[in-house]
Amino acid sequence: MKRAKRIFSLLVVFVLLMTGVVACGNKNGASEKGKEDTFKIGSIGPVTGAAAVYGAAVKNGAQLAVDEINADGGINGKQIEYKFEDDVNDAEKAVNAYNTLKDWGMQMLMGTVTSTPCIAVQSEALNDNMFLLTPSGTAIKCIEGANAFRLCFSDPAQGTKSAEYIGEHQIGKKIAIIYDSSDAYSKGIYENFTKEAKNQGLEVVSAEAFTEDNNKDFKVQLQKAKDADADVLFLPIYYTEASLILKQADDMEFAPAIFGCDGLDGLLTLEGFDKSLAEGVMLLTPFAANAEDEATQNFVTAFKDANDGQVPIQFAADAYDAIYAIKLAAENGEITPEMNASDICDKLADSMTKIELPGLTGDTKWEKDGEPNKEPKAVVVENGEYKMM
Amino acid sequence: MSFISYLINGISLGSVYAIIALGYTMVYGIAKMLNFAHGDVIMIGGYVVLIAVSGFGLSPVLAVVLSMVICTLLGMGIEKVAYKPLRNATSPLAVLITAIGVSYFLQNIALIFFGAEAKTFPDIIKLPALKLAGGELTITGTTIVTIITSVVIVVALSLFVNKSKPGKAMKAVSEDRGAAQLMGINVNATISLTFAIGSGLAAIAGVLLCAAYPSLTPYTGAMPGIKAFTAAVFGGIGSIPGAMIGGILLGVIEILGKAYISSQVADAIVFSVLIIVLLVKPTGLFGKNIQEKV
Amino acid sequence: MKKMKKFQLNKNKKNNFLTYGMIIVVYIIMQTLLSTGNVSSLLGGLLVPLCMYAIAAVSLNLVVGFSGELSLGQAGFMCVGAYSSALFSNLVGDAMPAGIRFFCAIIIGALVAGIFGILIGIPVLRLKGDYLAIVTLAFGEIIKNLINVVTLGKDKAGLHLSFTSSAGLNMDDSGEVIIDGALGITGTPRDANFTIGVILLLITVAVVLNLVHSRSGRAITAIRDNRIAAESIGLNITKYKLMAFAISTTLAGMAGVLYAHNLSSLTVKIFNYNTSILILVFVVLGGIGNIRGSIIAAVVLTALPELLRELSTYRMLIYAILLIAMMLFNWAPAAINFRERVAAKIKAKKKNQKEAA
Repeated sequence: MKRAKRIFSLLVVFVLLMTGVVACGNKNGASEKGKEDTFKIGSIGPVTGAAAVYGAAVKNGAQLAVDEINADGGINGKQIEYKFEDDVNDAEKAVNAYNTLKDWGMQMLMGTVTSTPCIAVQSEALNDNMFLLTPSGTAIKCIEGANAFRLCFSDPAQGTKSAEYIGEHQIGKKIAIIYDSSDAYSKGIYENFTKEAKNQGLEVVSAEAFTEDNNKDFKVQLQKAKDADADVLFLPIYYTEASLILKQADDMEFAPAIFGCDGLDGLLTLEGFDKSLAEGVMLLTPFAANAEDEATQNFVTAFKDANDGQVPIQFAADAYDAIYAIKLAAENGEITPEMNASDICDKLADSMTKIELPGLTGDTKWEKDGEPNKEPKAVVVENGEYKMM
Repeated sequence: MSFISYLINGISLGSVYAIIALGYTMVYGIAKMLNFAHGDVIMIGGYVVLIAVSGFGLSPVLAVVLSMVICTLLGMGIEKVAYKPLRNATSPLAVLITAIGVSYFLQNIALIFFGAEAKTFPDIIKLPALKLAGGELTITGTTIVTIITSVVIVVALSLFVNKSKPGKAMKAVSEDRGAAQLMGINVNATISLTFAIGSGLAAIAGVLLCAAYPSLTPYTGAMPGIKAFTAAVFGGIGSIPGAMIGGILLGVIEILGKAYISSQVADAIVFSVLIIVLLVKPTGLFGKNIQEKV
Repeated sequence: MKKMKKFQLNKNKKNNFLTYGMIIVVYIIMQTLLSTGNVSSLLGGLLVPLCMYAIAAVSLNLVVGFSGELSLGQAGFMCVGAYSSALFSNLVGDAMPAGIRFFCAIIIGALVAGIFGILIGIPVLRLKGDYLAIVTLAFGEIIKNLINVVTLGKDKAGLHLSFTSSAGLNMDDSGEVIIDGALGITGTPRDANFTIGVILLLITVAVVLNLVHSRSGRAITAIRDNRIAAESIGLNITKYKLMAFAISTTLAGMAGVLYAHNLSSLTVKIFNYNTSILILVFVVLGGIGNIRGSIIAAVVLTALPELLRELSTYRMLIYAILLIAMMLFNWAPAAINFRERVAAKIKAKKKNQKEAA
């Protein structure tokens, strides 16, 4: 009897939930056919879970761009509605988020933030012919379809360019690498870096990994790099782990030249981080919050105002640019809010290759395969500030 | 020389695991439950110190005391609201699942209050590093403090459990709850005290964890929590010296595995060793072998 | 006495019938709604994952509920099933018609997970209680960690395996990386659909219910209830425990196959201890040993976070609170008493009304 009651209570909840879902479906299904007067841009990324910081940055960066555009009269005179859904950095949840956004009436997708969910969502979006522009999905397969574009550099591009840079500027010959083998971004850059390093005459003397479950203690990896007499430490990882690596290297009195990719941006604005540890760190990044150009300054100020003084990281800039890229392409393709997602996708995919975005992350053009074409900027940390190299 | 430095590295990591494991083992010994939320209490303890020091400019010592008070209250509160009602539930799994719920709760409350961005923990242990063998080996101040603290805690806890009255009451409750009650021991108060001590330890563990690896996010406690739980089982769950030894061994194995086998599969190595130990000694290194009664 | 037994049997049958009936009725309703286009994209996309989590929960319930062992490695076995079947499907590609390919994939995924179950189960099932829990948890983490470093590619010369990087595969130009370390397997054919999901769920339920009500099943529950007594009447403890464990992991492997063939990207990240714990949550919330409860709990708890999306960052917090509240409501002796008192009152009221009338 007890059991029966328990089941009953669960069953009641279940039925309520299901009617909720079905009812919602109906409502949205109906509204999709109704008159639309706004563009609906959806976005997906992690705002809970361990990767939440990247999703939150994209969400806030994009929101800023949307607010600016709306205040300025919108796209082709129409306002934008922007909706962000959480995916906890999980492919399955990302597809759920994608479907939720579809129910909402999404016409274009600015997302997803991370690579693995992006690959799953991309295949859904390709089926629906939904336009997709990922601000920060770096894996090659994120943009396999003709519907998909990317704002950031891909993993191979970053790995190759880093090796080229180190080679051409003769930063060092003996390279040690510490990378995250459980992260597609980090592993992707690492693999392509080692490939290109050979061409540049660089010697990779130690390549040690860590995983997301083991990302606190790097003394072993550092010790190996030290024992191998590395003069450059290449860190294709995110800044949270990098901050620990810098601290531990300092404790060990190991001071090689440190070179990283765009994941390291954020290091200087990490709350409480001792900036002197980052002195001399070089990174290849399309965005630096301390850059002195007017656009960046305005963006950083506006972002801080909107988000309790928080300094934007590169993900926020990527998202900001992505929204403006959509705006440019939408204006170029002359899309209107009444068009359905598939027609919008065809037009946008066509115009994306025609536009040139003067973005925070550099002047960007797009190739037919969806890859961006822009120059990375190399910066070095000097007196706690970025300086162009 | 690198072997010795790896070893020191392992012991320092291990002593952090050990302190976390003590909290698990205390609660398990007395309440017979895996407190999955323990790692997250550690995270909260870390945030309290961070805010007290960086936000309000409190001295580190005061901040740690404040953190211990808050964590103790938090632990007792959690016990009262979420665990106590289930103490006599028909299955021990019920309270395990609730603990998981509490763990989600703490993580998400931290996410909302403190945000997802990692925060760098202030440098509160300002002891100079110890240099040995002509500067070849360095032992950081944090490592020294961590090791000393964990030894002190183990000794103090052992004395407390074996000598003091409330400690003996804990032992009695852990051996036979029913009999303890008949002997006039207030079981509820004893279990509550256990949670209080366990959570106070969590605050200290939080401080040491964050001092050693100064990056704090709402998920900071989760993985060290699981590892420490493993360490507690490794040493024989319920045993105080076992938790200490288990923690240190786990740290050393992890670091040596990383150094000499592969840095990619460090966790697989740790967990494989755990499985082998348990297969050879099914109740852990120091666990008591309880004979089943018919 | 004879009458008693007959009644007992009928009750079981009725109970089983209810379980199958519930699944079939929900399936028919959903299919009707789907064909009339009344289902939101969200629910449409959730159908296969719901089946998968239900299968995983039912399979774990066999171990937790009937064998009385605590396993925290169910996600590890799902992972094995998912990877082996996805590997198969990717290798075969279009050489086989989709239906047959998926059928083979299911068999392969389930079998491989089952074999792993036996291999792990033989040494490990000697352990008891929380020790078994930690060892299964450890197994799940080992699997996750190891698969993460595997890179596997295929070219004209055959398969290439590397534990370092895709460059280490030394493939010729026709080479194609299938398992790519942290990126996992991408582009697995999406063969899974709701109908197959429901069929697999029905098979899972049938396997578990038949086992539980068989002679072996009674032996399994006897061992759970009193191991020493069971041993003393000559039951082979290891054999029956292993049987329950292996069947459970086989079914979990099947759930993994569904996962792998529902999304175009498969990584090990999802198969961590959190997922194992989540499946355990389904089992305990739905009632230990209660198959129907597991299915309902899996569905409710999987759908819940999706329905709480409006709350944005607060949703997982609300989810946690609801989970604690549901656990207390379902399990706390005080809450059970309270529920019974209320139920008794309502009954008494009804009786009074009847009598008055």
